[in-house]
Formats: sequence, C-alpha cells, structure tokens
Amino acid sequence: MKVERRHLLRGGASLSSLTLLTGCDFSDSNVVQRVLADFSRWNDRVQAALFSGRRLAPTFPADMAVKDFRYNAWYGPDRAPDLNRDDYRLMLSGLVANKRPWTVEQLYALPQVSQVTRHVCVEGWSMIGKWTGAPLKTFLERVGADTTAKYVGFECADGYYESMDMPTALHPQTIMAFYLSDEILPRKYGYPFKIRVPTKLGFKNPKFVTTIYVTNIRPRGFWTDRGYNWFSGI
Amino acid sequence: MTPQQPTPHVQTHALMVRIAHWIMALSILIMIGSGWRIYNASPIFGFRFPVWATLGGDVETALAVHNDPGVATGIAWHFAAMWLLFLSYLVFVGWGMVSGHFWRDFLPVGPRSFLRDFIAAARFRLEHRLGEYNAVQRVFYWGVLGLVALMLLSGAAIWKPVQTYPLELLFFGFQGARLVHFIGMTLIVAFLVVHVTLVILVPRTFVAMVIGRAEEPMPQHQAEPVP
Repeated sequence: MKVERRHLLRGGASLSSLTLLTGCDFSDSNVVQRVLADFSRWNDRVQAALFSGRRLAPTFPADMAVKDFRYNAWYGPDRAPDLNRDDYRLMLSGLVANKRPWTVEQLYALPQVSQVTRHVCVEGWSMIGKWTGAPLKTFLERVGADTTAKYVGFECADGYYESMDMPTALHPQTIMAFYLSDEILPRKYGYPFKIRVPTKLGFKNPKFVTTIYVTNIRPRGFWTDRGYNWFSGI
Repeated sequence: MTPQQPTPHVQTHALMVRIAHWIMALSILIMIGSGWRIYNASPIFGFRFPVWATLGGDVETALAVHNDPGVATGIAWHFAAMWLLFLSYLVFVGWGMVSGHFWRDFLPVGPRSFLRDFIAAARFRLEHRLGEYNAVQRVFYWGVLGLVALMLLSGAAIWKPVQTYPLELLFFGFQGARLVHFIGMTLIVAFLVVHVTLVILVPRTFVAMVIGRAEEPMPQHQAEPVP
C-alpha cells in the first residue's frame, strides 16, 4: 500500500513540477513558510486555551475496540526496536527530583487504569482501541517531577522524540500504556510502553519511550520539526 | 415581477461586503486546495485529487523535508485560512443581517418562484438584471452561506473532536463529520462553477463586486415581457 502511494505520488510529482516551473508553487517560499509558522504558533495558543484538564475524551464500549490495531510508522514493523525486558531502563532528566532509572518490573507495578478511546491520525483516519497503563500524572508525582513546569518531553528507542504541555501530561486519560487489547504492548506498538494521549493526534503518542524529561523550554517534536503543528490537540 | 420604472438597473455593493466577499473567496480557494491535499493522505473514496490542483507545496520537496507528500504544509494552509474564512464569514453575514442586505435582496424566496426562475434559466429565458436577485440566485446564496456554516461546524468537529464533543454526533461521529465536510466541499465547488460561469456571462457583476457599482448601459428592458 505504501509502495502504491509512492508510485502515485511520483506520477503527481511531474505535474507539480510544472507548477514549479511557472512559479506558481508558492507554498515552498520562505515568506509563505514563515507566515504559516506564525499561524501555527497562534493555533498552539488557541488550542492551549481550548484545552480543559477536566474534559475527558469520549470513551466507547469495550467491544468497539479494534483487536488488530493499525501499525503506523515511517519504517516497517520488522525494523521496530526490540527492547529487552531485563536490559531496558527508563531514564529521567530535567526538573525531576528522583532521577533513578526505572525497570520494566517497576513500571508495570504502577497502579493502572484502562481506557477504550479513539486514536485520531493527522491524516484523517481514526481507530478505537483499548489501552491499559499508569496515568502519567501518577508517575510524574512518584518521581517528584516539577508539575508547575511547562513541558514534558520524551525520547524514544527508534529515534523519535515528542513533547507536550504540562496540562495535557497531567490529564487523567494521559497514560503510560503497557497493554493494548489486554495484551502486553507488542514490540511493533512500542514495547515496553507508549504514551497514550487521547486528547491529541496520533503522532503525539510516542512509542518505545526511553527518556522522560520535564522542562520549561519547549522541546521539539519529530513531526513538528517536519512542519506539523506542535500542540496538535483534538 | 418588478414595478415599471424608468431608472437604469444598478448594482451596488457596500465596501464591507466587497472586502468580506474577496477574503472569503480567497480563503475558500485555499481551503479547497489544501483540503484536497489533506484528503489525499487518507482518501474517503477510491480516488485522489490530482496533485497540481492541490495546495501543499512540491511533492518531492515535501517528501524530502517533511517525509510526507505535502500534508504538513496542506494542514498549515488549512488551519491558517480557516481563520480568514471564519472572520470574513462573520463580517459578511453580520453585515448582511444588520444592514438589511440579506432581507432586502435575498427575500422573499419560495419553492414556486425558484421553480419558475429555474425553468426560465434552463431555457435561457431568465434575464439578469443588475441589482435584482432572481429566485435561483436567492436560493443559491442562502444555500452557499448555509454550506459555509456547515463546513465551519463539521470542520470544528474534525479539528477538535474531543474539545467540541458531542458536536460530532450531529454528523454521526468523527468519520461522519469527515464525510459531511467532503460533501459540503463538493457542493461549494459546484456553486463556484455556476457562480463564476454566470459572472463570465454578465461581467458587470464582477465590476460591481470590485469597485462597488455597475449599471446597465440602457434601461431598455421594461418593454419586454417579464418571463
């Protein structure tokens, strides 16, 4: 399917290079990119104002949860990081009091909640799944994170990196998901855990998290660096 | 249909109406072009829009820079132009209601007059008179204004399905809102085709929307029977 799409885009590319020749392809000009970036910053502010720490994402009956959840990454599932249960350590940095690394056993022993929520992709597709794990808020409190700081950042074993505003990190439905469809999170979905944020677009849900840090300087994001809106709340 | 009076037919548009009209026109074109690029990322139906007709930058450049075929830029365009559309729509509708323009020019309208004028138009018997809106025009303008409202509502449900919940239930869920958004787009594009075609046929309406006033050279229509 991916190959098919690439093929189609190649076909379209020659047509769009025609518009490039005529100078009509103004999307790529620096001025336009700067104006669009300014609007994106404005949208960050609007979304932060719209966000309510108490408003919950809609939840669905358990039988609506998809068992075979869609795999989505810029690489194939066979190239997903294969993290070993015994060697894995979750590192902490930034405005966190206790930076002692966490093992999988310690993480999985945290108090957990389940949610049947909808994953919404920036591309437009959506899928309902069942995730179970520890609220990020619980974890941040356990490690003595400064929850008055502005941002929480994530670094991942696949080179991915993401970040979010503190109000979203403390939202009751923002969890460290250890289980998908009642099974330990399979390797391709981000073992040992992914951050599940039903109030944000799918790409704001990092997998294979290896470092969590707290900061007042807005961290970057893998797709945000590639032109997507940073806040990306839904 | 109109009283016989020897005055020339004049079309005038208030400055506010013209500014709002052209900002709406520009933002709707941006919304369509960028919307098509976003649609292409995850098509609802078994087709994609030709890339040349979409907005989101050169595909090869986007693949190199964004690792996607221009969805990032398409979304940036869409979520920038939505503010322009929202504001110009508020100004246009607000002005139309407060100034009386809507009530004066777009009413009354009913199914019978619409049918009569529609049949006349289909037979090329409906005359366009500057400053007068026939029943087909009235229905079309109410229709497209309603469609833009529908697009803003379904768009809000897609942009913020959690924060605006249960708005999406109006459209039978999130994917339903996407479908409504697509159908609304299709109808707006259909309106634009008709709208622009008619402007080409009666170019003075374009002049009026640019400089604010246009009139018929000679008011010779009165002698003719009203269709």
